[in-house]
Amino acid sequence: MQPDHHEIELTVNGTHYRRTVESRLLLCDFLRHELGLAGTHVGCEHGVCGACTILLDGDPVRSCLMLAVQANGHTLATVEGLAPAGGELHPLQQAMHAHHGLQCGYCTPGILMTMTAYLTEHPSPSEDEVREALSGNLCRCTGYQNIVDAMMDAAARMREAP
Amino acid sequence: MKPASFKYVAASSLDHALALKAEHGDEARFLAGGQSLIPAMNFRLARPSVLVDINALTGLAGIDHSETGQVRVGALTRYRALERDRDFLTSCPLFADALPHIAHPQIRNRGTIGGNLSHADPASELPALAVAMQADMRIRSAAGGRTVAASDFFAGLLTTDLASDEMLVDITFPVLAPRSGACFMEIARRRGDFAIAGAAAIVTLDEERRCTSVRLALCGVGETPVDASAATSLMIGSRVTGEAIDAVAAGVRELIAPSGNVHASPDYQRHVAGVLVQRAIRTAHQRISHAA
Repeated sequence: MQPDHHEIELTVNGTHYRRTVESRLLLCDFLRHELGLAGTHVGCEHGVCGACTILLDGDPVRSCLMLAVQANGHTLATVEGLAPAGGELHPLQQAMHAHHGLQCGYCTPGILMTMTAYLTEHPSPSEDEVREALSGNLCRCTGYQNIVDAMMDAAARMREAP
Repeated sequence: MKPASFKYVAASSLDHALALKAEHGDEARFLAGGQSLIPAMNFRLARPSVLVDINALTGLAGIDHSETGQVRVGALTRYRALERDRDFLTSCPLFADALPHIAHPQIRNRGTIGGNLSHADPASELPALAVAMQADMRIRSAAGGRTVAASDFFAGLLTTDLASDEMLVDITFPVLAPRSGACFMEIARRRGDFAIAGAAAIVTLDEERRCTSVRLALCGVGETPVDASAATSLMIGSRVTGEAIDAVAAGVRELIAPSGNVHASPDYQRHVAGVLVQRAIRTAHQRISHAA
């Protein structure tokens, strides 16, 4: 079959891009290989691990379960957009740092993207609710406890300084 | 790149999408939320030659409460929208129980009800809900339309009554009747994982609190959702008792023939299904408010 190409336009972290993509190119691979935004990690590539989670029009989604061509006309956010280069980290990133919420860090970008959206919608979650919100992001290092601690702290930080 | 090559077409209208399906048949697949289809394509278990993206067809999405006694849900409605529609969850409370079991928030932000039902995964919650609630599935093709009862829609493992040129376009759910209670429960190895077994129950009483109807459907224990309502016939006409519920559970264990999987033997699935049936019927019964 002849390669099937499409021109797409999208906004990622406030920057407008126009690219030509093959229809079978996954969105996660597009972000990493075409745009050089390698902060979005690729784990299982079938929607289980959550490492590739990004925001599509503000909502967390698996970028391994979308085609790049489907992002045409949409606004995306990736982990690179959470804090300005060289600037102060996002409160969630600060809390993950303070609570040692990562070891290898492979799952971290997906967790940050999942939880920034979650804490914006749910500013005062219980610990159980945080665990539920984290259920779609696998971490094989930490046992989650420090991540949960970081999320509770981040929620408090974000409530104080919205 | 994981999926095999295909031609991608963003459908501009329902007629456009249906015309493409009529032209390409089984070689073409509709792409809605993609939360089952894209993984299957990444594994190359699915290799459609044409992918018809229907995500721009916003007319296929939405929850319509305008008709008394029923709620019509467009096939492209995402789980996310169902979870956030309080009126819908009040009218169709089985969804309030079941939606949190469907994968994870990121998946529910994309996945659609029509995609779920058309995929017909036997472990999935929503086919069992549709059967328990006696939903009606409205189907379209370029040639016309028809409506199929949920009980006739699920034909086999990952197989529905949909012909190669057809699309499920909306689903009509009856709202919970007065003096009724509903409950869905499931057991999975991990949160969001495929169900080892799940049970949906709807119990309806008369003014003397005698049982007039019990709807019961299970997921994860057969190639299709299992309508086990017949096993509840001994409850009809009487007040709900623990003994009757135990007898229903025993009947359900006889009725089902789970195949077992890496997480659960058939005997264990049968046991879990019985326990879930007991708990779901009991909880549904407890939830009935006399004020309703």
